[in-house]
Order: sequence, then structure tokens, then C-alpha cells
Amino acid sequence: MAQRYYTETHEWVALDGSVATVGITDFAQAQLGDVVFLELPRVGKLLEAGDTFGVVESVKAASDLYSPVAGTVLEVNETLNANPEHVNEDPYGNGWLIRVELNGDLSQGLLDEAGYKAFSEGQSH
Amino acid sequence: MVDFAGWELPQQYRSVKDEQEAVRTAAGVFDVSHMGRYEVRGAAAGDFLQGVVTNDLGRLPPNRAQYNLLCRPDGGIVDDLVVYRGDPAWFVVVNAANREKDMSWLREHAPAGVEVVDRSDELGLLAVQGPRAEEQLPVADTDLAGLRYFGIAEATLAGARTMISRTGYTGEDGFELFVPAASLAATWDALLRAGVQPCGLAARDVCRLEAGLRLYGSDMDETTNPYEAGLGWTVKLGKGDFVGREALLRIKEVGPSRELVGLGCADRGIPRHGAVVRLGGRDIGVVTSGTYSFWLRRGIAMAFVEAGAAPLGGQVEVATRSGEAAAEVVPLPFYRGSARRAAVTQG
Repeated sequence: MAQRYYTETHEWVALDGSVATVGITDFAQAQLGDVVFLELPRVGKLLEAGDTFGVVESVKAASDLYSPVAGTVLEVNETLNANPEHVNEDPYGNGWLIRVELNGDLSQGLLDEAGYKAFSEGQSH
Repeated sequence: MVDFAGWELPQQYRSVKDEQEAVRTAAGVFDVSHMGRYEVRGAAAGDFLQGVVTNDLGRLPPNRAQYNLLCRPDGGIVDDLVVYRGDPAWFVVVNAANREKDMSWLREHAPAGVEVVDRSDELGLLAVQGPRAEEQLPVADTDLAGLRYFGIAEATLAGARTMISRTGYTGEDGFELFVPAASLAATWDALLRAGVQPCGLAARDVCRLEAGLRLYGSDMDETTNPYEAGLGWTVKLGKGDFVGREALLRIKEVGPSRELVGLGCADRGIPRHGAVVRLGGRDIGVVTSGTYSFWLRRGIAMAFVEAGAAPLGGQVEVATRSGEAAAEVVPLPFYRGSARRAAVTQG
């Protein structure tokens, strides 16, 4: 498993060569509760780091999704249309959201595992 | 998990979808000990309550409960509550957020000789809800099948004598258990061993919304009167004087200016509390409660709209995060569970 990096808006990103897989964190899915729908971008969409790339709707709220990376959307997890619960059950596996062909390097602003753990623990109290 | 000092109650134990399915098809238990439980004591307790609530307690025999409202002199709703006529004690169960307010309100209106005692900290409250609640409730010494809908009885649960009522807030048949605090954890464990599924507040909220049950603070407050909230059936103007009666008489004559309606979303929209409701581009109201129902597989909401603007079967638009979602005006409740069967066969 490639190393994951995190945003303060609770997305994760993992690199395989120049392809970044993006999802939301376990902390985020627990805070949102049951995911109902996702609005995800079209393949080919160009993203800057920090851009809104979609919306996750849960029983509790609708939340924007922010891209941790800059690049072109290569693939969208279509299985989530029928099985949005994958985001709750397996946020780092089957619940991935999009794959992006990176344009340049990973942003310097991302958190590592320890940094995100400290950040999210600070948010839950 | 059953913490009595604070009200840190879980939103969910598993997924909301699974918990709700347990309530709709089997039985689930909600810890609702955060709600206020008061005992009203004194020879005139019944007369006093009759003079502050809207429904007619004169029709309530001992060992029965009744849904009620407390209204202000101007007809605004102070709270909704259930009044329990024990034998001889009277109990009321009020919303958690209104515990202090209701206590002050009741004490202000209580005559000499009537005492309102807060028993919230000595009695926990568990709601066991679902079509299999009767079968799964671990009680041996009480005839549950003979307990009517909104009836009250005593039963032994996990070794403790407990007042139980056939009431709830989910649209399903079920029981609410007034458990002595010292036995609360043991009772919870006994329910889980009997196969009842633990459920959190998120599942409770979607169940009550599907059942068309209003939530104080969202669907009504002190600026709302019973008629516009669709709760006119709880107001018995002919029962004699009570707080708010004159104002309610006038409001009923004129007719409410807005009404609470049910909305069902057609596409992937989820109506949320506060969302604007539009008809042909014109704002006609606002969503008071809304969520996605896994059980009904669509977004559902209650909304306050201008009276007459959104007739049943009509189409409106609801503002959502991603634009406007089409919604149909549908009858409340969205779903009739086993509570209706319990009421029809026994009530």
C-alpha cells in the first residue's frame, strides 16, 4: 500500500507513479454518517489542488470534496452509484472516489499519517 | 455507553440504515434518558394538568397515556409532551431541550398543593421499538399482549420493577421503559441479549420523520400554533378552560396562514432543515425537517408552506446543495408502521 497523505478537509491521497487515488478519510466518513449519494466529476476534468471536485451527501449533511492534488481526472469510482456505503465501510479501499493523473508534484501542504491523526483528534473534541 | 451524568448519546452504533431496518422489521432500543421526566403530585394534579395542556385528560382513564401540547396564552407551542396517568401518580415526559423551561412553566402555573418533581435523574428511559418489540421484551410477569396502545403497566425487567408504556416515536409498535437508574445498564444488556438492536439518535430521527411525527425545535416552536403544525387534533376546545384556549379559538376561526406538509423528492435531492421551498420560482415556504430515507429510498421532508399553496399531489422545488430538486407534496405520514396496527387492534 502506497503511503497516504491527508488534507485538513479530510481527503486522503495515495500515489502510484504519477496516478493519485483520492478518497475521504475514516474520520470523515464517521463524522458524516451513512453516505447516500456522491456527485463526482467527469473523466477528463482538470483540477487544481484545493478545487471542489464533488459533493458527498450523507444522512446528516452535504459536504464539498476538495482535491488534494492538481491534475486530470483519469477514473471515477462508478460502483459508488449503486453502493455509496463503500465509502463508510472501506474508505481507504473500495470507497475511493477518483484517480487523477498528476500535473506536477504533490503539494507541500499535505499532512502525513501522524500529522493528520493529531489534526483530526483535535477536531473531534 | 449508558452514561447518566451527561447526555453524550451516540448518533449511531452501526449504520443508520441497518439500525432503522431493525426498528422497521424487528426491534431496536434507543436510550432516551436525556428527555425530561416529571412526576406531578397532589390531589389536584389531574385538574392542574388539564388546565395547562391542550388535549382532554378528562377522557383519560388510569394507566393510560396521551399525547399533548403545552401552549402559551397566545397559542404558541411551549412544548409537546406525553402525559401518563398512573394510579395515582401523574407523569409527564418532555423534550430534553425544554427540561428547564417546562419545569418553570409547570411550576408557575401549579396551584398550592400540587408539586412538580423532576425525576429525570433517578429514572432512565429506554424506548424499545419495532414489530417484534412485544416478543423480544424480556418480561415474564406482565401480559404484554394485553397492554393497549398508549397503555401503562408495571413489569419486572432485569430484576427491577419498571413502569412501561406502549408508546414511542418511530411509527412502530413498542414500549418505553422507565427504568430505575441503578438498573439501567443491566436492562440495556438484557435487551441486547434478547436480540434487540441498539440504535442511535440518527435512526430515531429518520424513523420519526417517516412516521410524520413533529420534532420540537425543528417543526414547531413558540412561534408555531397547533393548527398550522397539523396538531389541531390534540386541541380540545370544548373541554373547559386551559392556557391558550382563547387564542386557539380565534386562530381556528380565522384558519392558519401556513401549513406543515410532506415532501418527497423525485431525484437525488436531499431536502435539509432550512431549505427554501419554491413554486414556479416563488418562495412559498421552508423545510423544517428533512433527510434521506433508506427505507423509502428517497429524500423526504416536512415543510412549512403558505396555506393552500402546495396541495397534495402538487409539484414544488426544494433548494439543495447542488441546485433545485423537484419534490412532490405527499400525505403525512410518509410511512405507517406497526404502531398503527397496535392502535387499531387494541386502542
